[in-house]
Formats: sequence, structure tokens, C-alpha cells
Amino acid sequence: MSINRRQFLKIAGISTIVGLGGTTTIKALWRDELEASQVSPSPEALVAKRWAMVVDVSKFKIDNDYKRVIDACHRIHNVPDFGNPKDEVKWIWTDTFSHAFPGQEHEYMEGGIKHKPFMILCNHCDNPPCVRVCPTKATFKREDGIVMMDFHRCIGCRFCMAACPFGARSFNWRDPRPFIKEENKEFPTRTIGVVEKCNFCYERLAKGLIPACVEACKDNKALVFGDLKDPNSEVRKILSSCYTIRRKSELGTQPSVFYVIGGSNNA
Amino acid sequence: MYDTGKIITGLIIFVILVTFPFYNNIGKAISKPEPKLDTPEIQKLPEKERRCVEPKAFMRTEHMKLLNEWRDSVVRDGNRMYVSTDRKKFVMSLQNTCMNCHSNKKNFCDQCHNYVAVKPYCWDCHIAPKEKGT
Ligand code: SF4
Ligand code: SF4
Ligand code: SF4
Repeated sequence: MSINRRQFLKIAGISTIVGLGGTTTIKALWRDELEASQVSPSPEALVAKRWAMVVDVSKFKIDNDYKRVIDACHRIHNVPDFGNPKDEVKWIWTDTFSHAFPGQEHEYMEGGIKHKPFMILCNHCDNPPCVRVCPTKATFKREDGIVMMDFHRCIGCRFCMAACPFGARSFNWRDPRPFIKEENKEFPTRTIGVVEKCNFCYERLAKGLIPACVEACKDNKALVFGDLKDPNSEVRKILSSCYTIRRKSELGTQPSVFYVIGGSNNA
Repeated sequence: MYDTGKIITGLIIFVILVTFPFYNNIGKAISKPEPKLDTPEIQKLPEKERRCVEPKAFMRTEHMKLLNEWRDSVVRDGNRMYVSTDRKKFVMSLQNTCMNCHSNKKNFCDQCHNYVAVKPYCWDCHIAPKEKGT
């Protein structure tokens, strides 16, 4: 099909009047050929009003409890391992209490908490500063609360890294491909000059699967994933029965990752 | 005039440099691209279903626009199911759907891309299938 200038202007004009953007114009141009193609979410997708995660600190006991969680995430997302902290790219990792929750530590704290590594990932903040500063909208917030990255759009300006108070984002200083042990063919890699972070496994949710890190510890439920807006969800049950804290809540970013500190029977 | 010689020499060098690609290619006919459609995955499909998500003519000229739409639809809107004009359902994924059938990137994608000298950066991130023979 080819259209002449007059037809094009007609379609462009009409879509502008109706207040529709550029993509609609493209679709209108196609209409003759693609009469009725449609897009929709997959029917098997897991959906929620507000996704959230609970980390039960007491369930992490030995090194392997941390390792299998980190490995599960990094393996399926093709996160490279550069072998040095300077170039490090990480989606989920550990840090000490005093780094994860600065200002909350004190001299006489229970030793178990004080010296324990904490699982840390992007908090998928309700009020995410990374989204606010991103000039290209490569970082954006979905309606279900997932703070997403559109790697196609990231120009590597790293404003988001400066804005995130949790250090949840990593920059690819080098081409990551040679540093991926075993590529997962289902998920892309990144490229040099792009920022990356945990995406709450949006690609797995779309297939009806829970996040990989949560699945990796489903036997002891050290991580629990669910809908914060659903009063009957597992995360809500934990939140209503245990004492939980969030990282740097004083900053007002409203993290969606909660930490059960005292341990619990429900989680 | 001063430096006439230098200027003229410079001009000659300039013209030679600028036109180099043209006369360098004279006589070297680059063969017409012939993308191959005979991957094992495609052969496995029953004759009637051996077709792309949309008609061939459309895909040939518009696949890049379609892929762009798919990308935005999946990443930005979370819509990953495509219902084609003939009511067939596809998961919108370059790496997992398109390349599953077209598992011969070298003989399919690259044929034309090389011919028209475009280098799509899709493959900087998306993993191309392992080529099995040719
Ligand atoms: S943790 Fe950081 S990267 Fe994640 S949503 Fe919050 S501000 Fe953004
Ligand atoms: S580095 Fe990428 S994601 Fe971060 S602010 Fe810049 S464009 Fe946005
Ligand atoms: S939710 Fe998914 S992306 Fe995020 S840390 Fe867990 S496995 Fe990784």
C-alpha cells in the first residue's frame, strides 16, 4: 500500500484533532493492511494493584541461603560478573544492617542483627526519585508499582543512580557480554553505557511465574511476594502480624520492600 | 595567487577521497539479497501455517515498525500478546518468537541488512540464536 500526501495529512490531521499521539498515526497508516491486529496482556499473567516483597531476615542462616537467591536472579537476567567491585553490576545483593538501615543501628544491638548480611534490591518505591530525574523516561513506574527500566531508552546519563538513595542501580562501564557465564536465551543482555537494576521479574509475572529470587527460597519463605493492596495476600498477613521496617523511610520514597526483623512464624 | 599548487593538489586529493567509495565499487556487483526461509523450525510447521505473524509483503517493508511497536507495547504497557490480522496469537518477543523460527540470522536478517548497509543494534542486547550449520 502506498498513500499520497493528501491521505497522510488527513490521517495525521484527524489523529491530532482527536488528540491522539504519534503511535496512533502509525497504526492508522497501517490500517489498510493490518485491519484488526490487537495487543493485550497474556491471560496467564500474575496481576496486582501494588506488588511488594517481604524479606524475612531470620530465614537467612547460611551463606548458601543468600547465594542461591542472588544466583537465581543474576543467572536468569544475564547479570554479568566482572569479578571486581569497581565495575560491579548487581540486581540483588547483601549489605550490613548499618549500611542498609543507617541511623537505626546502635552500640548495644543484638549481635545477630548487627553482623548479619541483609538481602537488598531495588525497593520499587512508591515515590521513586529515579523516575523523577530520568530525562528520557527510560525509568518509569508501572501502575502495579513496578519501577521499570526500558533499556532501549537509557542514555546512560546516570541521573537515576545519583537520585536513588539505595544504590539499587548499576552502570555498565564495560561490555557485559563476555562476563556472562552462561547466557539465558530467554532474556536479553545489556550493553555498555546502560543502567540496570531489579525489575521485580516483570517478564516472569507476565508468564504467571513469581520472581526468581522468591522462587529460589520458596521452601523456607525467606522472601515473600504479593499484592500490598490485597488484605488477604501473604505479604499483608506478614505485615499485620510482624514488626517490619523499610529502608530509609525518613526520605519518603515509600519502599515496597519490607524487612521482618524479629523473625516470625507466619512468613 | 599564492599557493595555487597546494590548493589544487588539495582539491584533487579531496575529490579522490570523496569519490573513492564509488570507483572502488565499480564492477563489483553485490549480489541481490536472498533471505532464506528454510530453517528446521519453519519446515516443521504444517504447510498451511508456514507464515509469519503478518503477510510476507507487509513484513518485508514494515518489520522494523512492527518490532518497534512490539517493543513499546511489551516494555511500556506490559502487553505481550499479539493477535494478528488473521486472529492468530503470538507472544511479542524478538528473541523468543521471531528468532525461534528465523533461527538463521546470518542467512535471514543479515542478508538484507548487509545489502542495504544498516546495522540494527538489536543484537547488542538481544541474543541471536545459535546458528546450526547454515
Ligand atoms: S530503590 Fe532506587 S532505583 Fe529502586 S525505585 Fe527506589 S529510588 Fe528507584
Ligand atoms: S541513566 Fe538511563 S535510566 Fe538513568 S536517568 Fe539516565 S536515561 Fe534514565
Ligand atoms: S525480583 Fe526478580 S529481578 Fe528483582 S531481585 Fe528478585 S529475581 Fe532479581
